[in-house]
This record gives sequence, structure tokens and C-alpha cells, in this order.
Amino acid sequence: MDEFDERSIDDPLARGGHGHERLDAEAERDDDGVDRRGFLKCMAWAGTGLVWTVSAGVLSSCTLGGSSKNNSGSVKGDFTFAQVSDSHIGFNKAPNMDVTGTLQKSIDKVNALATRPAFVLHTGDLSHLSTPQQFDTVDQILKGAKSDSGQVFYTPGEHDTFVDNGKTFMDHFGKGTQGNGWQSADYKGVHIVGLVNTWNVKGGGFGVLGQEQIDWLKQDLAGVNSTTPLLVFAHVPLWSIYPQWGWGTDDAEQALSMMKRFSSVTVLNGHIHQVLEKQEGNITFHTAASTAYPQPAPGQTQGPGPLVVVTDQLQSSLGVREVVFSQKKNALVVIDQRLG
Amino acid sequence: MFPFRARAGAPASLRPPARASLAARFALPAAAALGLLAAACSSSAKSAQLPPANPPVPPAALTTAQPPTPRPGELAAATPSGPAVTIDNFNFTPATITVPVGATVTWVNHDDVPHTVTSSTKAFDSSTIDSDKQFSFTFTTAGTYNYFCSIHPFMTAKVIVQ
Repeated sequence: MDEFDERSIDDPLARGGHGHERLDAEAERDDDGVDRRGFLKCMAWAGTGLVWTVSAGVLSSCTLGGSSKNNSGSVKGDFTFAQVSDSHIGFNKAPNMDVTGTLQKSIDKVNALATRPAFVLHTGDLSHLSTPQQFDTVDQILKGAKSDSGQVFYTPGEHDTFVDNGKTFMDHFGKGTQGNGWQSADYKGVHIVGLVNTWNVKGGGFGVLGQEQIDWLKQDLAGVNSTTPLLVFAHVPLWSIYPQWGWGTDDAEQALSMMKRFSSVTVLNGHIHQVLEKQEGNITFHTAASTAYPQPAPGQTQGPGPLVVVTDQLQSSLGVREVVFSQKKNALVVIDQRLG
Repeated sequence: MFPFRARAGAPASLRPPARASLAARFALPAAAALGLLAAACSSSAKSAQLPPANPPVPPAALTTAQPPTPRPGELAAATPSGPAVTIDNFNFTPATITVPVGATVTWVNHDDVPHTVTSSTKAFDSSTIDSDKQFSFTFTTAGTYNYFCSIHPFMTAKVIVQ
């Protein structure tokens, strides 16, 4: 296990509560070069094979040593599930001319996990251009994932909804959902909420949940005990990572305020094609790697397009995620794995 | 709804941390980076750079994409003859274009990702403009038309027709 430096409570990235403002301010100070805060921010952007555990509300981690083998056997849990994201079927430019192949490889990796997942979660941008063929391809590949329930939860990304307001996406994956595709379920003591924040986007805005969904969420959570671990997923991050690129959700605060009473909330997002984590009180946010192509860190380039990496680095810039639910810890443990 | 059943009973709750120890969050094991860290740090590094505890492995080629090559049988986007807006690096350029009534504005997408040209008042909507493709719209009524990209809504611009 690596040695870690203790970060003081004055570390701007360590504090919850004001994290939104602080992260935005950080982005504007980039011109000063890589100072201590910039360096910490850089470190936060790297996705690594880290196992996060929560014990008495304090995060700690141990590394998986970068191995591609699954090490979740060291963390006992009642069940696990797998998350994949941003497959962008239909994309065929640098750095990945075979996004179908890398999605298949991602599912192969899920199927190689030591513990069979209970279900699979896809956090959006299944397709690149919302075509029926692209959705069919995703459906076929994800059906090849071996899970206890055979269930795949989907939430759409903006690439899945922008062409026809999500109609084709809903034709394929809307069964069992409500409204524009939101949903909830309970599994082995965990309450799962799937939100949709890529509909009705407005100019200059970010992801948006909308009042109808927020109203639905309020009544959905009303009957859930505060000690029940909450798993929430949506495509666009529910915390403001980088407003200049629309990496945030306009009305997320209304939803998040309803979750503050829960002892353990895990939010899983996609959209930004890189792994970031943030904790705000009892809520831990994780964005995911893409199975198609990486994107730059906030402000690293002029826009959030594909990050062109050399071929032999592509696999290591893509990833899947295993999440382990530990009833003993009453929390979810996130394990990110690279494709290669 | 999904065929999952609730399990009765929940273990003792976790208290929200009064003070969270987030030490390990920022550590970077030597061999485990997803390859993005070095790009973020190295591209913005100046002389005051703090040497990282574990040297990041830089991606060998952090480049912008090569200019797209037309596929066989497909012409690259022709240069529009009338008023034009280019889409480059997630920007509409120019951000404000002023044209006379009756003018046709052409948008050309030079990015590697699709964009749209979507009016805030639904006056026009290009749907997908893929890389190197164009969209044109003729403005028959004077006014100010705010528009944005519906895939990347942080991209905004306007057409002034007078």
C-alpha cells in the first residue's frame, strides 16, 4: 500500500459544502500555472485502480496496483454491479475507429470479474447520433453481459436525445421508466434512482432535471428510510465540475438537497469521459471513464472533444467500473478498472 | 418497475463526516494512472511547477486531431459563398453575425464531433451537423436570433437580421 500524505481541512478540494464554488474558482486560476492547488486538481482528475472504502464516514483507499485483475474479492459485499458509460456507438474518428470493439472489450472485462454482478448500469451516450442501429448495437452487446438479474439500467446522454428528443432512445430502452426515462428500484437494501438530465437543454445551460422529475423524485424518496443506502445515476454530472463546458446540472441542488438526510448516497455519472470523485457531506460523486475515447481535463484544451491519445495509450484511457455494496459498512465501494 | 425486492432492515447509519480525511483521494500510484493526469499537468505547467510525488507518464502525442480526409466519393465541405459561421473547437465564429433580410447563413462544422444549430425560439433547428457538413438557413424576417448547440448547450451565438 502506498503512503499517503494527510491533507489538511484547509485543502480547498477537501472541503465539502462549498466545493462547487471552489472548483469553479480553481479553474480560473489555471493561468498561474501548476501551483499546489493546481497540482491537487490534476491529481483528482486521474482515474486509477483505487478502492474507496467508507468507514465511519471517513474515506480511505488502498491501491489495486494498476493490475487489470479484479481485486474486489478483498472487499466482501452483498452484491456488486458494473457501470459502463459513454460508448458512443457510431463514432469513428481519432483516437478510436472501433468503439464497438472497445465496448465489447469492456463487457468482456465485466464478464471476467471475480464476482458476477447483480446488474449492469450504462450512464449514457450509448450512441453517437441516436440512430436505431446504434442503439441496437449497444443493446446486443450489453445483453452479452452476464449478471444475476440480466438487467441493464440505462440513462440517456445528450447524444441519445438531441436528434429526435429521445424518441428512439425511449423506444429501445424506455420500458419500465417514467416521464422522460427516470426510474427507481430497490435491490438488496439499496434504493436505486435513475435520473435523466439531457432533455430540454437550453442555450448556455448544462444538464437539467426539470420540475416534473424533481417532483417525482420528492415523492419517490419520501418513503425511503434515511439509513437506506442511496444509489443515484444520471448522465451529466450532478455537481458543477466545469461550467464553461456545460459539465454540471442546472437544477441539481434541488435533487441533492432531498438526499442530504440519507446516511450514504453514491452518485454515478458519465459525460466527461474521465474519472473524478468528490465528496460533499454524505454524498459521494463519481464520474466514469468512457468505453470509447477519453476527454481532456477541464480547461486543458479549447473544448471537450475527443482527446487524441496514441494508439497504445487508448486502452488505458478507457475503463469500466465495479461497485461493491457492503452491508456491513452500509456503503458502496467503487473500483475503477482500465481496459488495458 | 424492476423485479427487485427490498431487503428488510438496515444496518446502523453512517454519520456524515464532521471532518473528512480525504488524504488518499489524491495519491497517485506510480503505474496506475489512466493517462490523463500527465496531460493536464504538463500542458499547463509553468516554471513554478511543483514536482509531482510520482512522475506522471505523459501521453506521447497530445495533439489536436488531424484535418479530416474526405471519404471516397465525398467532397470536403465547400467554402460557402455567402455569410458563414464556422464551428471550431466548440465555438461559433463569429459569435454574432449580422445579415440583411433574405440572406442565407451557412454553418460549417470543422470539429470532430457533431453539433447542431438550434434556435432558442425554435425558429430553426439543423439537427445533426456532422464533421465537415453544413447547414444553411434563410432569414426572411428581421430580428435577433439566439441559437445554441443542443448537444453542447454551452455553445451560444446569435444572428442579427436587419
